[in-house]
Amino acid sequence: MFNDLFSPETLSEAWLIIRTQFPLAIWETVYVTVLATAFAIILGLPLGVLLVVGEKNSILPLPGWFMKALNVIINLLRSVPFLILMILVFPLTRLIVGTVVGTTASIVPLVIAAFPFVARLAEGSLREVNPNTIEMAQSMGASPFQIIVQVLIPESIPSLISNATIAITTILGYSAMSGIIGGGGLGKIAINYGYYRYQYLIMFLAVILLIVLVQVFQSVGTKLAVKTDKRLKNKE
Amino acid sequence: MIALKNLSKTYHTADGEVEALKNVSLEIADGDIFGIIGMSGAGKSTLVRCINMLERPTEGTVEIDGCDLGKLSEAELRNVRRDITMIFQGFNLLMQRNCLSNVCFPLKLAGVKKAEAQKRAMELLELVGLGDKAKAYPAQLSGGQQQRVAIARALATNPKVLLCDEATSALDPNTTYSILELIRSINEKLGITVVIITHQMNVVENVCKHVAILDDGVVVEQGEVGEVFSHPKSAAAKSLVFPEAENIPSTIADGAQKVIRVVFDGAVAAGKPMIAQMAIEEGIEANIAYASTRGIDGKAYGSMLLSLSDEETAKRAVEYLTQTKDVIVQEVEI
Repeated sequence: MFNDLFSPETLSEAWLIIRTQFPLAIWETVYVTVLATAFAIILGLPLGVLLVVGEKNSILPLPGWFMKALNVIINLLRSVPFLILMILVFPLTRLIVGTVVGTTASIVPLVIAAFPFVARLAEGSLREVNPNTIEMAQSMGASPFQIIVQVLIPESIPSLISNATIAITTILGYSAMSGIIGGGGLGKIAINYGYYRYQYLIMFLAVILLIVLVQVFQSVGTKLAVKTDKRLKNKE
Repeated sequence: MIALKNLSKTYHTADGEVEALKNVSLEIADGDIFGIIGMSGAGKSTLVRCINMLERPTEGTVEIDGCDLGKLSEAELRNVRRDITMIFQGFNLLMQRNCLSNVCFPLKLAGVKKAEAQKRAMELLELVGLGDKAKAYPAQLSGGQQQRVAIARALATNPKVLLCDEATSALDPNTTYSILELIRSINEKLGITVVIITHQMNVVENVCKHVAILDDGVVVEQGEVGEVFSHPKSAAAKSLVFPEAENIPSTIADGAQKVIRVVFDGAVAAGKPMIAQMAIEEGIEANIAYASTRGIDGKAYGSMLLSLSDEETAKRAVEYLTQTKDVIVQEVEI
């Protein structure tokens, strides 16, 4: 199947597609990924906070039934396969964006799929904060809200950044899948040219670009996490 | 004044009920340095957390200057906590903020303006001897320095009471003494009442004026430090005064001999053979029944038990040894 991968006509055809389609596809992928991650964090971080502070014996105990319901909903959303979820949320997508096809429309299912994941990641980060530090804040007269905003979140910033990096790379992978239902980006190109038209060179190029994007997000995220962590000694 | 009346605290755990405190009553006068000593599991930490209501007692009342903390709402309690601050064994600094910002933290909680808070924080960092570390992060400091920052932070809101929860337990002996020295000077300079929770006998002897001994949730003895340790009545007090009770010669245990307890509280005596000199100069033959001393920077810290043949010799020995500075000598009843 890869016999004519580098034949002259394939190459010239590929070059044309690269010039005309790739710049927009890269932009679409980045745009969808960044926006979806931003919305997922806006929804997921507060949920993660609730999961931690709402527990019995924590700083803002919420009713047990509420915490149970919250956990079940998050687990439910996380267990629906993304491909199915995209189709399931069509009505919601139509309500918010006005259409179910296109790049912007694919942000809705991405956010729905990612925010429970982000909530769990945030939960993990916030749980790393030493309970003694929280007790200290209480002993100084901090209210639950002050503890969340001035202790819990600032103290776990490096870990939150690491986890946000995991989230953005995962969402990038999901965004490629949305090519199936008409979302734009590198995923769409890989599927349309590679899968439907057997132009494997284009598919490989799209995949390589996705890999490069993941690498970029990951190394920027890791650098940022290390840079913000003041627990690491001997660093200016 | 802090008045604890009939405090009890019961925890419900998977293994059943645990009574951490049983009918504890204590009065701590303003300006005092009050030690609460006991083994681990005695209920010390629970007791100190009842004083600022981090733990609500199951029964009994906590009054501070006549105000019953149990009757306050959460919001009122948060205000009161600015007057009763706390330092901890693990320092509990905010690791992602520099020292200045750590000291500003309680002021920020209280709504003090940033410029004003920073000014006050700088003064406090100077007070604890870390003015040059304002921009450093906790991870860049030693344990002793971190505790100093924690002390500065605890003083930021001008508290009336400072609670110290095993504040020196994670520090080496040298640093322990310098932190205790700082606590003592704060008590003298600012008149803050200090409550020290510890399992270390030397901490109590070093700085405390009064002491309560907590054993299995019960206050078994309390009073002036010298008084309590010279006449230990309870088993818990005895085990503190005689750390190796099983090794004490039977003649002492029988009461056939008199026992004196020599406490070295930073005495410049490390290089001086005190007990031998006493034998030569006064002709007193002292039998060392127990000794645990160490020299730090040429100063001696620790304690010793000497057994002497009769009342008369014991008196002379006390007189002789007391002449040395920073040596406390008491006759001990077993």
